[in-house]
Amino acid sequence: MELNQLQRSFLEYTAALFREGFLDSQFSQLYQLQDESNPEFVVEVVSLFFEDSERLINDLSRALDQTIVDFRKIDAHVHQLKGSSSSIGAQRVKNSCVSFRNFCEAQNIEECSKCLQQVKQEYLLIKNKLEALFQLEKQIVAAGGAINMVEWML
Amino acid sequence: MSSNCKQSSSNGNLCSSLKQKKAWESLHRTADGRKWKRVVVFLWLVVALCGLVCALTSSNGGNSERKVETSVSSEFKTQVSLEYCNVSKEEFHALDSLFIESDRVASLACCRESGYEMPSSCTSTCRLKMKGSEKWHKLVAENVEFNAHCPSRDESISTYVGLPLSKNKTMSFISQLAFSSISSGHLWYKENELQMTELHNHATYNCESISFCLAKICLWILAGMVASFNILKLHEKFSSQKHEIIQETPRAQQSQLLQQSQSSSRSTGKWRKKILVVFVLAGVVFSFWLFWYLDKDIILRRKETLGSMCDERARMLQDQFNVSMNHVHALALLVSTFHHGKQPSAIDQKTFEDYTERTAFERPLTSGVAYALRVRHSERKEFEQQQGWAIKKMETEDQTLAQDCNLENFSTSPVQEEYAPVIFSQKTVSHIVSIDMMSGKEDRENILRARASGKGVLTSPFKLLKSNHLGVVLTFAVYNTHLPLDAIPEQRINATVGYLGASYDVPSLVAKLLHQLASKQTIVVNVYDTTNKLAPINMYGTDEADTGLPHISNLDFGDPTRKHEMQCRFKQKPPPPWQAITASVGVLVITLLLGHIFHAAINRIAKVERGYREMMELKHRAEAADVAKSQFLATVSHEIRTPMNGVLGMLQMLMDTNLDAMQLDYAQTAHANGKDLISLINKVLDQAKIESGRLELEAVPFDLRAVLDKVLSLFSRESQEQGLELAVYVSDQVPEVVIGDQERFGQIITNLVGNSIKFTQDKGHIFVSVHLANEVMLPLDARDEVLRQSLNIVQVGSNASYNTLSGFRVVDRWRSWENFKKFSGIPEETEKIKLLVTVEDTGAGIPPEAQCRIFTPFMQADSSTSRKYGGTGIGLSISKRLVELMGGEIGFVSELNIGSTFSFTVTFTKAEANYLDTMQQQCDLAVPEFRGLKALVIDERRVRAEVTRYHLKRLGISVDITSSMESAYSYVSCYGKTSVSEHLAMVLVDQDSWGKDICFPFHNLLKMIERNGSKSNSGIPLKIFLLATCISSTQRKELKLDRLVDNVITKPLRISALAFTFQEATGFGKMGHNTRAKPSTLRTLLKDKQILVVDDNAVNRRVAEGALKKYGAVVTCVEGGKVAVGLLKPPHKFDACFMDLQMPGMDGFEATRQIRSLESECNKKIDSGEASVDMSENFAHWHTPILAMTADVIQATNEECMKWPSQLRHLAATSDFPLATQLCHDLSESNPCSFHVELRLGDFRSAMGDIMINSTAIKQEYLPTSCLSLFSGHMYCAVPLRSEPYT
Repeated sequence: MELNQLQRSFLEYTAALFREGFLDSQFSQLYQLQDESNPEFVVEVVSLFFEDSERLINDLSRALDQTIVDFRKIDAHVHQLKGSSSSIGAQRVKNSCVSFRNFCEAQNIEECSKCLQQVKQEYLLIKNKLEALFQLEKQIVAAGGAINMVEWML
Repeated sequence: MSSNCKQSSSNGNLCSSLKQKKAWESLHRTADGRKWKRVVVFLWLVVALCGLVCALTSSNGGNSERKVETSVSSEFKTQVSLEYCNVSKEEFHALDSLFIESDRVASLACCRESGYEMPSSCTSTCRLKMKGSEKWHKLVAENVEFNAHCPSRDESISTYVGLPLSKNKTMSFISQLAFSSISSGHLWYKENELQMTELHNHATYNCESISFCLAKICLWILAGMVASFNILKLHEKFSSQKHEIIQETPRAQQSQLLQQSQSSSRSTGKWRKKILVVFVLAGVVFSFWLFWYLDKDIILRRKETLGSMCDERARMLQDQFNVSMNHVHALALLVSTFHHGKQPSAIDQKTFEDYTERTAFERPLTSGVAYALRVRHSERKEFEQQQGWAIKKMETEDQTLAQDCNLENFSTSPVQEEYAPVIFSQKTVSHIVSIDMMSGKEDRENILRARASGKGVLTSPFKLLKSNHLGVVLTFAVYNTHLPLDAIPEQRINATVGYLGASYDVPSLVAKLLHQLASKQTIVVNVYDTTNKLAPINMYGTDEADTGLPHISNLDFGDPTRKHEMQCRFKQKPPPPWQAITASVGVLVITLLLGHIFHAAINRIAKVERGYREMMELKHRAEAADVAKSQFLATVSHEIRTPMNGVLGMLQMLMDTNLDAMQLDYAQTAHANGKDLISLINKVLDQAKIESGRLELEAVPFDLRAVLDKVLSLFSRESQEQGLELAVYVSDQVPEVVIGDQERFGQIITNLVGNSIKFTQDKGHIFVSVHLANEVMLPLDARDEVLRQSLNIVQVGSNASYNTLSGFRVVDRWRSWENFKKFSGIPEETEKIKLLVTVEDTGAGIPPEAQCRIFTPFMQADSSTSRKYGGTGIGLSISKRLVELMGGEIGFVSELNIGSTFSFTVTFTKAEANYLDTMQQQCDLAVPEFRGLKALVIDERRVRAEVTRYHLKRLGISVDITSSMESAYSYVSCYGKTSVSEHLAMVLVDQDSWGKDICFPFHNLLKMIERNGSKSNSGIPLKIFLLATCISSTQRKELKLDRLVDNVITKPLRISALAFTFQEATGFGKMGHNTRAKPSTLRTLLKDKQILVVDDNAVNRRVAEGALKKYGAVVTCVEGGKVAVGLLKPPHKFDACFMDLQMPGMDGFEATRQIRSLESECNKKIDSGEASVDMSENFAHWHTPILAMTADVIQATNEECMKWPSQLRHLAATSDFPLATQLCHDLSESNPCSFHVELRLGDFRSAMGDIMINSTAIKQEYLPTSCLSLFSGHMYCAVPLRSEPYT
């Protein structure tokens, strides 16, 4: 019963994440890639994303604090961040990145700073959500259950 | 003649103007143009009329004036000569009568003396008399000729004024002639003749001048018209050229050009206006000049007229005076001869008086003559005694009249040295007898001068004695001896014996003279004595108001010391120069009118240009709006699609949850509707894309038959539900694989079949057939069976069925491609093929009135069908555009309640042979086990049987056809007896031919054959299949239970369904069944393949790795281009490489370029044998497939996605990066990897980045069975595969 409840809340939680646009179908694709030979694939990729993103966000903050802002560099960083976020399906982070890049192209420092804040916020949000999701997953696995993402996804 | 010429010229004028008018009209087709044209024609007419009137008035005026002149002069001349003649005649008579008794010698001498004055007149008289008679005849003849001449030249004489006038003149002359005396008549004739010839000349001259004038005017008008016409035409041309240029140039430059043309047109407009002003000014100046010129001419002519008249008068006066003087002279000689030369004197006062009285007519101007004797003082006494009276002194102050004067009033002359008392006098002046002429001052001077010079001498004018008239006295000296001509004055004075004086009454003389002349009213004549220049004495005429300059003619009265002159002037002031005024005003008016016309024209041109510019601007705006509309549609449909996909996804998820039947039904309905909406949006997007010209066709090899099968399978359910037969037939001559855009090709056919299904209800068929376009041009027997049948539709059998697929009547399909232009043309390039696709149905047909707008977007046959059948009416429009993009044409033929046939042609490229193998592998999964089998098809309809044969042939099964069960029975029984190499494996019976009564024996026969055959043959049992269009499941079960048939195949026939059914029936390929599943296929493809993933993003790298590993690939990941190049330096172990394009350091483009150059180097070495065998291993040629990945270039929007291939293409052109298509080729071509995936550009594009995630499979309906690239396949195919309708 507990397992069922856990699974239900997991499903609801993910559905809410999709509904609110935090995640997109790419995230479910990731789950499809996870199998017996690669049981920790999603967690691995997502933690890779966290590391990468934190580094990039730090780099971005530093780059924006410079007296002479190197927009090319910022653009490269945001491009990276956008790539990784779209790879794991973090839709809102990706969208923020898109607008960030537009301002970056326009060389608008003020808006860029605003965007950075937004990206940061989105990143923290998705991080929290995903961590909570993985927590749930862990509990389910610990309770002897399994996650069938494909089933609930499509 | 003149009017003739005028008419013809005006006709010509009209004609030409009419022509111009037409040309003009064609130039200006606007409504205003006609009004404009009318004005122009009217103006030309006015101009022509003005010219005509001017010419006529000028010539007529000149003519009549000249005529008056000549008539005057001739009249005058004749009168003068007449007088001459008369005078000399009368003189003879007078002399005769006077000197009857006198001496002959003396008279002869006198005759001799006076002879000098006669011969000219005498001879002339004689000559004239002689010539007169013949001249008369001549004149008459000439008159006749002249009269005949003129009308012949001028047919419509009434309009011409000059000639009738002259005719009248001659008539009056002739009548005058009749009444005049003979002698004068002769003169008249001559004068008249002269005048006539003169007139004739004038007339001809006038004729010529008028016609010349008219011709000139006409020419000018024509020239003007031609010039204006040309100018306009040129302008038109110029502007139209300009317009063309503007239209041709791309829109980007248009605004610039427009501005240029605006400025240029503005400058030309200014230029035109300047010209116009110059023209008008020139016209005005010309008109003033013309006025001045004509006025001067008139004044000059007036002066000349005056001069000639004055000169003539002066000459006449002079002549008459001279004649009188000669008479006086003669009288003096007479006196000298008969008074002084005779002793005693032959003349006394009485004789003198008589003689002078009788010859007074000879001296009409003299008031009287008198003879004064020279008496010296010494002789005075003697003289006075002899005469009986004393010499009296002249009293100048006495002013009493001659009649009243009394000799007694004169006082006796005082003592003088000499006296000149008058002894003889004419009766009129008898009062002066005995008066001493020397006593008057004037007379004395006169006498003194006369005797010194021996010539006649005149006094200055003075008041004549006893008369109030001014007069002059002529004095001749009478000598007693005959003096030589060169006698000196001394001799003359001494020889003087007396003085003959004659007084002339000048005013009456002149008045009499002038009275004789015509036109005396027009001029005023004054005669002056100008011996004293400063104080001329007026001898005749009154001082009237000055009317312009007088003409002065000198008069010579034979006295060199006295000078006289005649002054003539016109009585009236000159009339205003009407001719000049008319002409110049005419020119002015014409100029102004032309100016007005051109001004209006210029204004109009400017207006039209302005209008044109506005139109262009509006056009640009409209075009921009159109583009904006298309863009808006594209954007909006994309924006709609994104949330719709969300809706669909959620509905799908909802349907997967635990729902009761009702809820599930709702959800399914919503899902289906959503899908419909998506497809509609896709259509709109397509339309917008086509309209904005952004649709790009792909060129990839594909299996045409497979595409048709897919289309058929889309509609199979619908056709089954409606009980329609749906069939596809592809001619053998159509190659298996062609290069083109399969998706769009499929879309066209889907549209057409969808339409057909929509409009065909419950009966008949829909038949799709594909042939080479050239096939229909072949002779009848060379065509394949289906084509032969369908082009020759006949009724067969008694039950009113046709030789069509379902037996229903169809329209003549030939007519659907009748209008194709490029149909019969064999494609220039041999590798191109032209296909003719025909979709035939037995539906409702299209009403004739709606047929014309069937291809217009959003137009439907009618609104009621729209309600009845639904749909947007966009499909056919898209199809038409697509067909045009594919280099083909589309057409249709339709009849109400019979059906429609749509035909279209498309051009594809022939695929190379090696594609065939790769493509074949798709079918290989199912096909090989049926090769070499034989089947019997029993179908009463030939076309349907051919369709079945076509499908079986694709599976490698050879087919025999019989039309009925009976013939099949005999066929099978024969077959069983003969041993044929091919094994009869199956019998396919159509539902229509199926009958229970015949099927039982047939079945038994088959079973028997099977039993016999199974021993010898391959052991494949003979199977019977029923081909059914629609069959209920209960029927199907029944049939199966009866074991009459092995299985039922529901139409439409598809290769996959056939293969599946056969496999099921025969038990073949059951093991291979799973291999057909897609993931397994991918797995087999990727299993144990060495794949290099190059990406700088760790997350991406990890995801790609995971994805590839999932299908069994061995993945190596590297971070940058440099490492990748190092790893991919041949020889290496990798089968493929996935390359991110945007990387720091070395990007994907550069890395690919380097890898390719390394490979080509290595390949060269291998070719030249330098490289070792083991280095190349078993590869003959190094070419690692490289798949570009990018998440960056493609943004989430579809619009930018569209740009992507062109960017890549640009890169390929500039930097040697392989084309996207090249990448596809890499995948399908390379042997080591054998990724024979049908990777289309669109999918490839989608596969490259996150676009699939965001836009969720734009083309999911068309995703082909196994065509996803491995990358898109493993990562994203979950969505499309689930809704994939075929497999």
